[in-house]
Amino acid sequence: MIELKSIRKAFNQGRPNEFWALNGIDLTIEAKKVTAFRGPSGSGKTTLLTIVGCLARPTSGRVRLAEDDISGLPERFLTDIRRSTFGFVFQQFNLIKGLSALDNVMLPAFPTGRPHRELRERSESLLDRLKLAHRREARVEWLSGGEQQRVAIARALVNDPKVLIADEPTANLDTALSREFMGILENLNAEGRTVILTSHDPLVVESAAVHRVVSMRDGRLTED
Amino acid sequence: MNAWIEKQRHLIDFTLASLARRRTKNLGLLLVYALLVFVLASVALYTHALRQEAARVLERSPEVILQRMVAGRHDLIPPGYLERIGRIRGVQQIEGRLWGYYYDPVVKANYTFMAPAAEQVKAGTLVVGPAVARSRGLAPGNTISFRAYSGKLFAFTVAGVLPHASELVSADLVLMSEADFRAFFEYPAGHHTDIALSVANPLEVRTVAAKLAAALPDSRPILREEVLRTYASIFDWREGLMLALLSAAIFAFAILAWEKASGLSAEEKREIGILKAIGWETGDVIKMKLWEGGLISLTAFLLGFVAAYVQVFRFGAPLFEPVLKGWAVLYPRFELVPAIDGLQVATLFFFTVFPYMAAVLVPIWRAAITDPDSAMRS
Amino acid sequence: MKLRPSSLAFVALGLAVAGFAATFVDAALLRERNAPQLAARGALAARLGLTDLALFTEARYTRHPSQADLHSAFQDHPAALEHFPTGSLLPPPAALIAHHERLDREATSPD
Repeated sequence: MIELKSIRKAFNQGRPNEFWALNGIDLTIEAKKVTAFRGPSGSGKTTLLTIVGCLARPTSGRVRLAEDDISGLPERFLTDIRRSTFGFVFQQFNLIKGLSALDNVMLPAFPTGRPHRELRERSESLLDRLKLAHRREARVEWLSGGEQQRVAIARALVNDPKVLIADEPTANLDTALSREFMGILENLNAEGRTVILTSHDPLVVESAAVHRVVSMRDGRLTED
Repeated sequence: MNAWIEKQRHLIDFTLASLARRRTKNLGLLLVYALLVFVLASVALYTHALRQEAARVLERSPEVILQRMVAGRHDLIPPGYLERIGRIRGVQQIEGRLWGYYYDPVVKANYTFMAPAAEQVKAGTLVVGPAVARSRGLAPGNTISFRAYSGKLFAFTVAGVLPHASELVSADLVLMSEADFRAFFEYPAGHHTDIALSVANPLEVRTVAAKLAAALPDSRPILREEVLRTYASIFDWREGLMLALLSAAIFAFAILAWEKASGLSAEEKREIGILKAIGWETGDVIKMKLWEGGLISLTAFLLGFVAAYVQVFRFGAPLFEPVLKGWAVLYPRFELVPAIDGLQVATLFFFTVFPYMAAVLVPIWRAAITDPDSAMRS
Repeated sequence: MKLRPSSLAFVALGLAVAGFAATFVDAALLRERNAPQLAARGALAARLGLTDLALFTEARYTRHPSQADLHSAFQDHPAALEHFPTGSLLPPPAALIAHHERLDREATSPD
């Protein structure tokens, strides 16, 4: 479903501190599977995730999403694709402080102009499903780490994306919460969603829920 | 279309929810902003209404007033002048006026004494302006005496008080008969204070004035249009003075607003990165901020203007009256007739709303074009 | 269900716009109500030949700015009728009034 061809990504290109985060990645990510990128920090796995999720463009190489080449698209279209196809769960959760859990969940749908009532019902049902119905009016900074992550997951799902992208999802969670997260992940995958995540947590990469682990080092794939 | 409206409403929801996070600070800003508009609008409304009032009342004053000048000073019109003017074509009516000033030590105020020619005030009686009546506690039938500049005491009976409605032009008037006037001031017989001329055709006024100046070289014609211009500039000057006094406050607010609107905190930058990462376009972020700037500045403008209107026309402008009206012992009491100048309001709107929106927009533009993957890298 | 912030904002803004519009309506009504008084003022000005507003009565050149001498305060150009009534901003010092008043009253001629 997602096909990467000789992807290279440079930061600060042309400057003395030029740095190649990705050095020629060829990879096909299957739909409806859970794929994990594993590697030490600095291996380029997060950068790869940003390219897969259309958050950034590769310096060279091609990205194909369901047979369409999307690496050359202007920002508008890329944003459109990102909004409709991908849902993101960030390592720091990246919730907007001061707003309620419900407001945070609804945010990605605002630019779509979906009717308020429908959007609200969808967000409430998502929070309900993630056992956060009682916390929906609470400001996000009052929530625990696990609750914040579940709000982040609900936010990622509000536009009903085909692909869920999670960057180090268990980095800020204890074992019990990590297991709970993997359970949620399994459910989402069972619904037919593709899941792509990065992690160096054995609990994640060795989990039965993960179908494929891609190892990385120094911006290259090392083994499968 | 519906989706577009819904989207704008979503953006407004978000920007208001964001503003509500620092409620006191943002409400404070709105309040200070509205206060600034209030002050500026009060000054503008008040001076414009006074200007209009002056223009409309004085448009019925004489077309030309002729003064005689002696050594650069206003002097009495000697006998014979009236007859000499009579021969100038275009002059419809000529009237020698008798008026002067009197300082009343009882209330420490100046009055304007006047002997109207057309009006027959009976000898021994006075018709007084409303402010004079008020300060001396006069009613028709009362007796009042004034000590003349010659030292003699004159007693008069008050025959009437001029109507309150005319107070703006008549507050300090004391009308008396010509004989009384001449006796009180020991005014030489046949002399007048100045001459009022009415000219039938307004296009001829300047020609008539030129002829007057040529026929009576020691005279100085004062045209009504000059009088009207004088009043326009008096209130222009007072408005300008007020604005000059306020300019420090205006600048202080401008700095505050610029700082508040343009200073994007690291937190806000981070939030913009998040919004872009979860699917907001650069344009969406900018629209959201435009709504913020627009709502704040529009609300402040409307609140400030309405408050200014109520203050000026419903409560008599207690805040700025002393500066805009001036200082005097005898104050005319008058209700200002509202006059709103659309252009003035538009100017005020432009100069209060648009700079704020620009201040909001400029930094957001820079922040909004940051890459969405910054959210991932943080 | 909680009211949406945008609904609140529209209501508030709607009220403010209504207030704004109301000032124009109110101004028109007040103008109409004051029209007879305005006409009366104009009529008196015409009847008595009045040339100035009785706003500042403390000096000749402020009581009748348009009739002042060429050489009264600040009026040094034939076209520049008095429009700089600094004296109308501040009253004279109280300490001077009594003193000057006596001088003024002792004089035999006006001015």
